[in-house]
Amino acid sequence: MSSAKLVGESNPSLPRGLRALLFRELKKWLKDPVMLVMLVLQPLIWMGLLGKALNIGALFSAHNVNLPQQIPIPGDAVLVPQGLQVVVLNGTKLSQLFAGLGPEIMQSAFGTTDYFSFMSVGMVSMIVVTTTMFSGMSIVWDRRLGFLDKVLSTPVPRAAIIFAKILNATLRALFQATVILALAYLLGLRLSSTFTPLNILGVCAAIFLLSVGLSSIFIAFSIRSTRMERPMQFVALITMPLMFASNTFFPINLMPSWLQAVARANPLTYLTDAVRQLTILPTDFAALTWDFAYLIAFSTVFAVIGVLLSWRYLSL
Amino acid sequence: MIRAENLTKVFNRSVVAVDHVSFSVRDGEIFGFLGPNGAGKTTTINMLTTVLRPTEGCAWVMGFDVVKQAKEVRKVIGVVPQEYTADEDLTGYENVMLCADLYGVPRDVARKRALELLELVDLIDFKDKRVETYSGGMRRRLELACGLINRPKVLFLDEPTLGLDVHTRAAIWSYIKRLKEEYEMTIFMTTHYLEEADALCDRIAIIDRGKIVATGSPDGLKSSLGGDIITVTIKEGVDVTEVIKGCENVKEVRYENGSYRIKAKDGEATAPIIIEALRERGYTVVKLSLTKPTLNEVFLEYTGRALRDAEESKESFIAHRITLMRARKR
Repeated sequence: MSSAKLVGESNPSLPRGLRALLFRELKKWLKDPVMLVMLVLQPLIWMGLLGKALNIGALFSAHNVNLPQQIPIPGDAVLVPQGLQVVVLNGTKLSQLFAGLGPEIMQSAFGTTDYFSFMSVGMVSMIVVTTTMFSGMSIVWDRRLGFLDKVLSTPVPRAAIIFAKILNATLRALFQATVILALAYLLGLRLSSTFTPLNILGVCAAIFLLSVGLSSIFIAFSIRSTRMERPMQFVALITMPLMFASNTFFPINLMPSWLQAVARANPLTYLTDAVRQLTILPTDFAALTWDFAYLIAFSTVFAVIGVLLSWRYLSL
Repeated sequence: MIRAENLTKVFNRSVVAVDHVSFSVRDGEIFGFLGPNGAGKTTTINMLTTVLRPTEGCAWVMGFDVVKQAKEVRKVIGVVPQEYTADEDLTGYENVMLCADLYGVPRDVARKRALELLELVDLIDFKDKRVETYSGGMRRRLELACGLINRPKVLFLDEPTLGLDVHTRAAIWSYIKRLKEEYEMTIFMTTHYLEEADALCDRIAIIDRGKIVATGSPDGLKSSLGGDIITVTIKEGVDVTEVIKGCENVKEVRYENGSYRIKAKDGEATAPIIIEALRERGYTVVKLSLTKPTLNEVFLEYTGRALRDAEESKESFIAHRITLMRARKR
């Protein structure tokens, strides 16, 4: 047998290798439903407990304010609380002014009157971070079990190995984020009047962008570690700061200025805002465009750096 | 088929795993690297299979340079690593097909061949079972099937029976022989089992601490020691040393504990000659035994220690592996 004939027989291709490696990952994933539920459960608990417990809207209601017996008014008039019902200021009963105070504060600070809606959308960002990172970590196992070395000894394009990991992380993040959004809707998420089913595509696009960027860089990092502990520690370390130094739980413009600077650089802020614009807020197209511009820039830069770093590591 | 010249791998600029190793493997033979754990066997395989870049030296597989023509090399080789790399969550068949996809074997060919290979390694009845449920021997056979999906001309086997019991090990040997005949391959394998090198390899290279200390066929290496040991006891209480020394092929005679210990080439043929010579002179042979030297003696001869002694304790072996694994980070 001539070697030429043999060389002609195997014809490794990027799409086929990518598909095969990606299917392997996805099959592994689907065959472990417990892990699947666990990963959804975590943000669900956050959303259900934190989102409902921090009833910020109620904080600002008139019932929550102990009005003094008598409210002095400039001039020589004195207002007794009962009088709130009677006194009319610029055509509005004073009592209504007080009652409307809460929603008004919510509206101007959070953009919506419902804190649960606000933070449950933030959970999407959280799940994107955790899912992409945990999925990227699987490459450490591939290495330890010898699978990576075996794949490297086959003629499959190295790009297929890296892209399969990135796509796997992204698809998982997309799926889990969708589940979380659906659950949030069932738990009382209020969609804005501008929402159309088409907006879901926009949500997916935003999630896709952030996942690609995050997973690329994280895989480049994991591929170099021989032990699981290091990437695990890294995830534990980075998740909290990433979430709190963003608009996930609280609007940025009420933060101290140094934190505002961090939050404005944090890509999570832009994903969260984009998803909010597309779901619970009346869409502000200027803001939305800016969000996407930032996400595209972030994901391009990080994906390029990540893929190149992994590539360099994998190529002989 | 395979040629290596001064192949060297240094990890982290300090750990010399493979030290200027040169050898060549002929078409159609089973060539074995025999040596204790940590001798540099896996590192050599990783360089030959284009997973690791040599620090120094060159190697060619079927004429392709393993660094400059890595892509070509990858297409013509099959690799069966020492770890179980098959995916536990997938079935046996899915695993073989995954390998087919990685090699880019045309799909219709791959389907037929996967079944044929699973049949050959007797896994056809378990092909739709998840690998999770497989035993160690079954997993090893599946690895063999995966490594052959691209009909490699050169197959690399890294410790093909590591951790298997004696019975399963013998079974794997027969599968390897069967597959080799079926596919007319050249096989490069590593092992630290003497019996395995003896049973499978046409030629072996003894490797210790990253260096090849001897190369040859198992029998050739053994006879290079000076031959077989024949022990003879005669009825008469006289010294027959000179008589035995006069026989063909006899190299050394020593009288020990009432019997003669004879070092001779080609023991099977020499023993009758000795009996005949003694009988001609009227002596009666009452006892005769023939011992073939084993590879362990060969290893002892070339490295100054027995292979089994070179095997460190399990703990230090694992510690060593971890050091190497970290070192392999490059």
